[in-house]
Amino acid sequence: MSSRLVNWFKFSSPSTFYPLAGKIGFWSMVVTVVLLAVGLYMSFFVAPTDYKQGEGYRIIYVHVPAAWMSMFLYVLMAGWAALGLVFNTRLSAMMASALAPTGASMAFIALWTGAFWGKPMWGAWWVWDARLTSELILLFLYLGFIALQSAIDDPRRADRACAVLAIVGVVNVPIIYYSVIWWNTLHQGATIQIRGESSMDPLMLTTLLIMTLAFWAYCIAVAMARVRSIILERERETTWVGEMVKEGRA
Amino acid sequence: MKARHKRLGFLTIGIVALGLSTWLVVNALGSNLSYFFSPSEVAEGAAPSERIFRLGGLVKPDSVERGEELLVRFQVTDHAHDVTVVYSGILPDLFAEGQGVVAQGRLNEQGQFVAERVLAKHDENYMAPEVKEALARAHADGVAQEASTYAAAESSGSYSSRGGESGAYSTSGVTQ
Repeated sequence: MSSRLVNWFKFSSPSTFYPLAGKIGFWSMVVTVVLLAVGLYMSFFVAPTDYKQGEGYRIIYVHVPAAWMSMFLYVLMAGWAALGLVFNTRLSAMMASALAPTGASMAFIALWTGAFWGKPMWGAWWVWDARLTSELILLFLYLGFIALQSAIDDPRRADRACAVLAIVGVVNVPIIYYSVIWWNTLHQGATIQIRGESSMDPLMLTTLLIMTLAFWAYCIAVAMARVRSIILERERETTWVGEMVKEGRA
Repeated sequence: MKARHKRLGFLTIGIVALGLSTWLVVNALGSNLSYFFSPSEVAEGAAPSERIFRLGGLVKPDSVERGEELLVRFQVTDHAHDVTVVYSGILPDLFAEGQGVVAQGRLNEQGQFVAERVLAKHDENYMAPEVKEALARAHADGVAQEASTYAAAESSGSYSSRGGESGAYSTSGVTQ
């Protein structure tokens, strides 16, 4: 029991996590490149044309993975922030800060590609329905988190303030997910069902899943690169960073 | 009780309170957050008669009449009630009979809905055109053999028609 605890907490120290994050980041980037190449090729050339929307539906292969990641990363960010608040661990708050810009970019991509999709299919770039509006609020929550972080000079105080903001914002995530069920929206319902059958061509579904995994790998790679810079910046006074810089490993 | 347990307790209470209040707010807002009214709601008088609102449903088959220039008249249905929509303008590409549509405008004295803007609503089903044709054929065969429509459609492919499940209306891939 005690040995398990020691192992678990070992990586909550920035000095041990720093090299691990480097390895995870590197391999995630390799996976990203491979999956994106395969996924994009399938998106454009292999997946069949849709019976109703023609070729225009292909934007789904960027739109849906980005939208999923924007929601998932928010929950993850709030989870790290809550851990940091409860256990007072430095690394948890750094992880939360590292995820915020990636999450914001995913929310932005989801909204942007959604507008490009909405114009030819619905006839409007933007409508104020529940799904679109709640996703826009998610983007603002991310931006608020980033702004609050940089508005407070003391990083530890900034972490605590941001953690509260992130946790409060979590209520928005189920609202985004269930908005198409709870209310009449212009946005269509969920195609991929966790339970039950998905109403999508199997080849389209495979392509979508590959693209989703590519987005996952990308988000991990970018978050790891960012958390490494945050660690270096915040731990710059420590001896381990000093030694690493002296040896030229940073 | 350690400080971190105290913080965890506060956090848990906070999240529960927050979740509860959000649930209450969402419940209280109810259908006010809906993007459109269905023809049945219009028939019940639930839709505002004074101001602009949105009407959503399916374009009733064989109801589209084109007038002079860009004038178009069609009926929006939810299979229970129909509302006649009058619109002058360019329709989105996906606009077709049997398809989902959301129109923005107001009711006139004759109970017709004068639309200023018409948007197409598509469903959550994605499939290749060949599969769609196969489904339609299977459906026709099923009707010819007086077999159950659903059994025929389901045995011919991996798609299920989930019509009616995803909101006020849904266009199923089988029944068109």
